[in-house]
Amino acid sequence: MSAGNALTRSAPWRGTAWLVGKLGISGRTLVIAIPMLWLGVFFLAPFFVLGRISLAEALIARPPYTPLFERGPDGSLQIIASLENYRFLMTDALYRNAYLSSIRVALVSTIFALLIGYPIAYYIARAPEPKRSILLLMVILPFWTSFLLRVYAWMGFLRSNGVINNTLISLGIIDAPLRMMQTDFAVYIGIVYTYLPFMILPLYANLTKLDGALLEAASDLGASPFVTFFTVTLPLSLPGIVAGSMLVFIPAIGEYVIPALLGGPDTLMIGRVLWDEFFSSRDWPVASAVAIVMLVLVVAPIMWLQSVQNRREDG
Amino acid sequence: MRGWFLPLAVAFGFIFLYAPIISLVVFSFNESRLVTVWGGFSTRWYGELLRDRQILGSAWISLQVAFASATLATVVGTLGAFVLTRFSSFTGRLLLTGMITAPLVMPEVITGLSLLLLFVSMELTLGWPAGRGLTTIIIAHTTFCSAFVAVIAQSRLRSMDESLEEAARDLGAGPVRVFFDVTLPVIAPALVAGWLLAFTLSLDDLVIASFVSGPGASTLPMVIFSKVRLGVSPDINALATIIIGFVLVAVLIAGWLMRRALRKGG
Repeated sequence: MSAGNALTRSAPWRGTAWLVGKLGISGRTLVIAIPMLWLGVFFLAPFFVLGRISLAEALIARPPYTPLFERGPDGSLQIIASLENYRFLMTDALYRNAYLSSIRVALVSTIFALLIGYPIAYYIARAPEPKRSILLLMVILPFWTSFLLRVYAWMGFLRSNGVINNTLISLGIIDAPLRMMQTDFAVYIGIVYTYLPFMILPLYANLTKLDGALLEAASDLGASPFVTFFTVTLPLSLPGIVAGSMLVFIPAIGEYVIPALLGGPDTLMIGRVLWDEFFSSRDWPVASAVAIVMLVLVVAPIMWLQSVQNRREDG
Repeated sequence: MRGWFLPLAVAFGFIFLYAPIISLVVFSFNESRLVTVWGGFSTRWYGELLRDRQILGSAWISLQVAFASATLATVVGTLGAFVLTRFSSFTGRLLLTGMITAPLVMPEVITGLSLLLLFVSMELTLGWPAGRGLTTIIIAHTTFCSAFVAVIAQSRLRSMDESLEEAARDLGAGPVRVFFDVTLPVIAPALVAGWLLAFTLSLDDLVIASFVSGPGASTLPMVIFSKVRLGVSPDINALATIIIGFVLVAVLIAGWLMRRALRKGG
C-alpha cells in the first residue's frame, strides 16, 4: 500500500478532512495557509513590532520601553509615539559614520573578493572534468565548516605573535610584529575569506556558459589574449559579477561577528552599533530605530534591485 | 590570462582559503597553551574539551535546535515552494513570494532583534512564549532556514515533469495522494539537500540565537563566541578540528554515495 493511500485512509486523517470540510475550508486554502501564517507571524509581523518600538522611549522596567497607549488623567486613551530616536540618529555623528563606514567596508571587501575570486572561477570553468569537480568542491568545502571558527582561525593567524608575524620574523623580513589584528585590514580579510565562495560560485556558473567559439573568433581576428579578455570575456561575465558582488556586499553590510572579533574598537559597523545598543546600552527603542534606518537605507534598495532582476529572468 | 599569471592567482586563492584552517588543525595538537607557538605534540586539549561541561551541554542544545528547526523548515519551506509553483493565482501570492525570499537578504541583526521584540510583545499580550529559550530559538531558526529550503525545493519543483502528477490525477488519485505518492518521491533528494543546508545554517548561527535565547539556553556558537572574544584558546582549536573532521567525512561519504548512484543510473 502506498504512503498517500495509507494516509488518506487513516482515521485521524479522515476525521480532520471531515472537520475541515465542515468548516467550509478547502484543502487548498489550508496548504496555502501554513507557510503564509508561519512567515506572516514570524517574519512580517516582527517588522511592525520593530517599527512601533522604534517610536517608544527607553524605560528601566519590564519591558524596557514605553507603552504605545496610555490612559490620560481624564481616562482617555492617548497614543505615545515620538520620532525622537530618529532625530537622535540623524544628529549624532556616530550613527551616520557607522552607516557610511559599513558601506565602505562592504564595498572594499566586495572588490577584493572579486579580484581574488575571478581568476579562480575562470580557471575552474576552463579546467577539464575530474579536476573541475574537485576544485569546485574545494571552494565549497570551507563553507560547510563553522563560520565562527573560520573567523577564529584568522585570529590565530593575524595576532602579533600569530602565524604570519612569527613566520616573517623568523625569516628575518621584519624585526617587530606587524599590527594586523583589530584593524580594518583584518575586517576586510575576514569578510573576503568568509564570503569568497559566494563570489566564486555565480561567476563560475556564468563563465562555464561562455561560448569558446567567441574567444577563438577574437584570437583569429588578431586580438591578444589580454585584449580578448577585456573585450569579450569580461563584458559577457557581467551578470555573474553582479550576482557574486551582491552576495558578498549584502551580508557584509550588516556583519557583526567579523568586526567584533577581528576589528578594533574604532571599526564602526552598523551591525555592531545595533548589537551594542541592544546588549550593552540596553536601549531597545534606539536599537529598533537603527534597524529601521538600516532597513530603509540598505536593504530596501537591494530587495528592489533583486525583484527587478527576478522579473527580468521570469519574463 | 594564459601563462603564469592564472595558475599563480589560483594557487594564491587556495592558499588563502586553506592556510588558516590547516594552521588551526595543526595547533590543536600543540602542547603549549600559547596557541601559535609550537611546544610539542599533544592531545591534551581534546581531553580538556571532553571534560568541558559547558561546551558539551551547549553542543547538545545546538544539535536539538538544528534537528527541530531543519525539520520544521523543510515542512514550511516545501509547502511554500509547492504553493508558489503549483497554484498559479491566489490572494497573497505576491506577499508570500516576498516573505519567502526576503529572509535570504535580511541582515541577521535585524531578523534577531525584530523576532525578539515580537516574542516579548507576544508574551506580554498572549502569555506565550513564556520566557525565551529552546522554543524561541527553534522558531527563529525555522523562519530563516525555510527560505533556503524553499529556494532548493522551488527549483526542483519547477524542473520536474508535471505530466506525472497529471497522469496520477487522471487515474483518479486525490490531491493528497498525488502529493505523497508522486510529487514527494520525485523531489525527495532536493528536500534532503534542503534539510542538510538548514541543519548546517542552524548549527552555525550566532547572531539570531543570541537575540532570541534566554538564560540556560546557550547554543554552541554562543559559548564559542564568548570564549573566543577573550582571545585564542587551544581547546577551541581542538573543537574546530573535530568539526572539520566531521564535515570532511560527511562530504566524502556524500561524494561516494553520489558517485555510486551515478554509476547505477548511467
